[in-house]
Amino acid sequence: MSAGIVTYGGYVPRYRIRPKEIGAVWGADGEAMGRGLNIKAKSVPGPDEDVITISVEAARAAMAKVDLDPTNIGAIYVGSESHPYAVKPTATVVAEAISAAPVMTAADFEFACKAGTAAMQTCMGLTLSKMYKYGMAIGSDTSQGAPGDALEYSASAGGAAFVIGTDRMIATIDHTVSYTTDTPDFWRREGQRYPSHGGRFTGEPAYFKHVVSCAQLLFKRAGTTAEDYDYVVFHQPNGKFPVRAGKQLGFKDGQMDTGLLVRDIGNTYSGAIMLGLCAILDEAEAGDRIFAMGYGSGAGSDGFDLTVTDEIRKIRRDGRSIQDMVKDTAFIDYATYAKYRGKIAMKEAAA
Amino acid sequence: MAIPRFWREIPSRYNLIGTKCGSCGQVDFPPREVCPECGRRSIGKMQRFRLKGAGQVVTYTVIHDAPAQFEMQKPYVIAIIETDEGVRLTAQVIDVAPDEVKIGMRVQAVFRKLGQEGSAGVIHYGYKFRPATETGPIRRP
Amino acid sequence: MRDVAIIGVGETAFGELWDYSFRDLGIEAGLKAIQDAKVTAEEIDAVYVGNMSAGKFIDQEHVSALVADYAGLADMHLPTVRVEGGGACGAVALLQGRMAIASGMHDVVVVGGAEKMTDVGEVQAAEILSSTADQEWESVFGATFAGLYAMMARRHMHEFGTTREHMGAVAVKNHKNGALNPVAQFQKEITLETVLQAPWVAEPLGLFDCAPLSDGAAAIVLCAMDQARRYTDAPIRIAGSGQASDFLALHDRRDLTTMDATVVAGKRAFAEAKVEPRDIQVAEVHDNFTITEILAIEDLKFVEKGKGGPATVDGVTALNGKVSVNTSGGLKARGQPVGATGVAQAVEIVRQLRGEAGKRQVVGARRGLTHTLGGTGATAVVHIFERGA
Repeated sequence: MSAGIVTYGGYVPRYRIRPKEIGAVWGADGEAMGRGLNIKAKSVPGPDEDVITISVEAARAAMAKVDLDPTNIGAIYVGSESHPYAVKPTATVVAEAISAAPVMTAADFEFACKAGTAAMQTCMGLTLSKMYKYGMAIGSDTSQGAPGDALEYSASAGGAAFVIGTDRMIATIDHTVSYTTDTPDFWRREGQRYPSHGGRFTGEPAYFKHVVSCAQLLFKRAGTTAEDYDYVVFHQPNGKFPVRAGKQLGFKDGQMDTGLLVRDIGNTYSGAIMLGLCAILDEAEAGDRIFAMGYGSGAGSDGFDLTVTDEIRKIRRDGRSIQDMVKDTAFIDYATYAKYRGKIAMKEAAA
Repeated sequence: MAIPRFWREIPSRYNLIGTKCGSCGQVDFPPREVCPECGRRSIGKMQRFRLKGAGQVVTYTVIHDAPAQFEMQKPYVIAIIETDEGVRLTAQVIDVAPDEVKIGMRVQAVFRKLGQEGSAGVIHYGYKFRPATETGPIRRP
Repeated sequence: MRDVAIIGVGETAFGELWDYSFRDLGIEAGLKAIQDAKVTAEEIDAVYVGNMSAGKFIDQEHVSALVADYAGLADMHLPTVRVEGGGACGAVALLQGRMAIASGMHDVVVVGGAEKMTDVGEVQAAEILSSTADQEWESVFGATFAGLYAMMARRHMHEFGTTREHMGAVAVKNHKNGALNPVAQFQKEITLETVLQAPWVAEPLGLFDCAPLSDGAAAIVLCAMDQARRYTDAPIRIAGSGQASDFLALHDRRDLTTMDATVVAGKRAFAEAKVEPRDIQVAEVHDNFTITEILAIEDLKFVEKGKGGPATVDGVTALNGKVSVNTSGGLKARGQPVGATGVAQAVEIVRQLRGEAGKRQVVGARRGLTHTLGGTGATAVVHIFERGA
């Protein structure tokens, strides 16, 4: 028996800022930075948005596609590195907002950009073991880059939700493999506003080592090579790493294009690979095979081999597609971006 | 500050839960114990009823002079919206330029942050509305 | 039910009165009214105080006892009542005082209204004003008090073609009247251009479409009509009163361009007084925003629904027009210390009917009307006054 995706939904805020705007403030050639990262713009959450609102919108988008009794969702897990509360889970708000509460379990996850995929694997375990009928895994972030840092050009906002179960699956997860080590490539200490990273150390010993190693494990487990897949999606911290990893593993541009959202919306961290997978599911057809390889700093990769089923024809396609959201844009300048992202020191509100 | 006050309204603020009168069928939001139309006849007959969140703008304003906790958003649009169930409510209209809001435009409820009790306090969430999008098949045939 | 008359009035100046505390305001108005009425402390039976929000503005509740105390009446051990009803509380207090005498329970009652709004900052004061809207279903979403009235204005513009120029004409008229009123907060005329170019508060209302924040107090001494001649040769009779309520939230009202509470309160007052709108020569109506005066003159049936704007431009409601509206300058120019408003409006009508209004006298004023609102129209009170027999 396998577990798989029963329904999916994503959300991308509509505000965007271009690398050129960011570079101009810090005396850098923003356009060159953008080219170097293969990022044309990144998404910015509005002042009334956060990981909780994004997670709810993604979860609701998922529930709108199918007729599923929300009280059959026995577990909700939200993975993020920018939960609005350090203590008080995002998952409980989602549970109320989709009417799944109260007879269910919930918790928040953290593993940099792979917190959402870790939640997916947990839900697989819960549903395969028949503990619960369905579980919901959400990856969602409003990640911050320190002002003037390279990450400021790419750290963006978005999220996606998957309902995982063992029946009515629109895509079965035939294999999942993970590769985890203690690697300090990118981190944020408790109480610190912005994360830190190891510069070029985040490449070969971190992203590539885990993504490629895990991918090779997955090929072995599944008995496949790159050619066997219709779509591939990697975690996408910028528009260059996933393309390089893909080529290294034998994938072609055509397989990668649909899921490579980072070029238009930046790196949505825990949302990245899951939003890419949503974009693929928006157009995939029964029988399509998908290779999904996530990565989270700290470090680890979760890989998935999926096959789309006939059931995908039954889900409702009203509502906005991922591409609709990617294209729904309102560009802002750095001042507005700084205001929305809380980068301006405000006065303490009077009592 | 007012933790229970906000917590109590979560079903209505998150999920647009109102009531439908078992006597005359009128829908009210937020929930009422007594139907304004039926009075006493409706006591004990009010049923939980969830609004779909679709409606249109009846009137609106653009707020420039804002209370302290709305400073970040000004100028922002506040509207009276009539939902398809015939209920009227007051909410912000977002994701649209203020000068593009029109009486009669179709809107859809979304989930957003309403405010917070300072940087250490509880965050409050609830409904706002954005312009309704055309719906239709995601995939092109 | 006995007839009730007004035998004395008094008021402070209105404005940003930095040197006056809430106590100072209440006392000055009260003592002026008592002296005008020539009553003694022993003759007063009760004190009613209209005050919306002393608790939030100055952290003080229980202001009825406070005002009587500082007026020197504490050892008379009078019954004192604080009346709240949003912006209508002064008018509601007046009705309560009238009912106390009409019922036979009391013979002489002092009714005061006072508000001290400038001890807090403007942003906070605006938030306190907003507390008369629906906190859970309007204010929590960011709907400000001005925003709610602005939505009524937008709808009125949509349905009847009312323009910003129509609304601006109300402000211009009221400032012109205020310039003739020594106690008014604003004593300078303004031009329509000033109104139209003012910064936005909540579109389509700009700064000059909105009444100011003010400190102030007013007081009235009421007496049973059959005893009034002991104190004055010019008692003013309360000929009719009407009070009505409506749904609290604006979105629940039957019609966004009509205040049903005003319509009903007006009908009740006119019915009791056995007169019609055309029998009124002078009226103080609630103009916390310019649109509110337009709605009021329509809902009180001085003009046809939808025609309030053009009527103002045409001078129907100008000083010595068909019906002189807001000769005091209204809330807009006289000021609106909230709790005082309903009482201050009555004081102006009394002065007009006594012929004491100086440069803003309405010629031949025999009957006057006050109209006061609470919140966005969830409470409305209408009083009709005439020169006593």
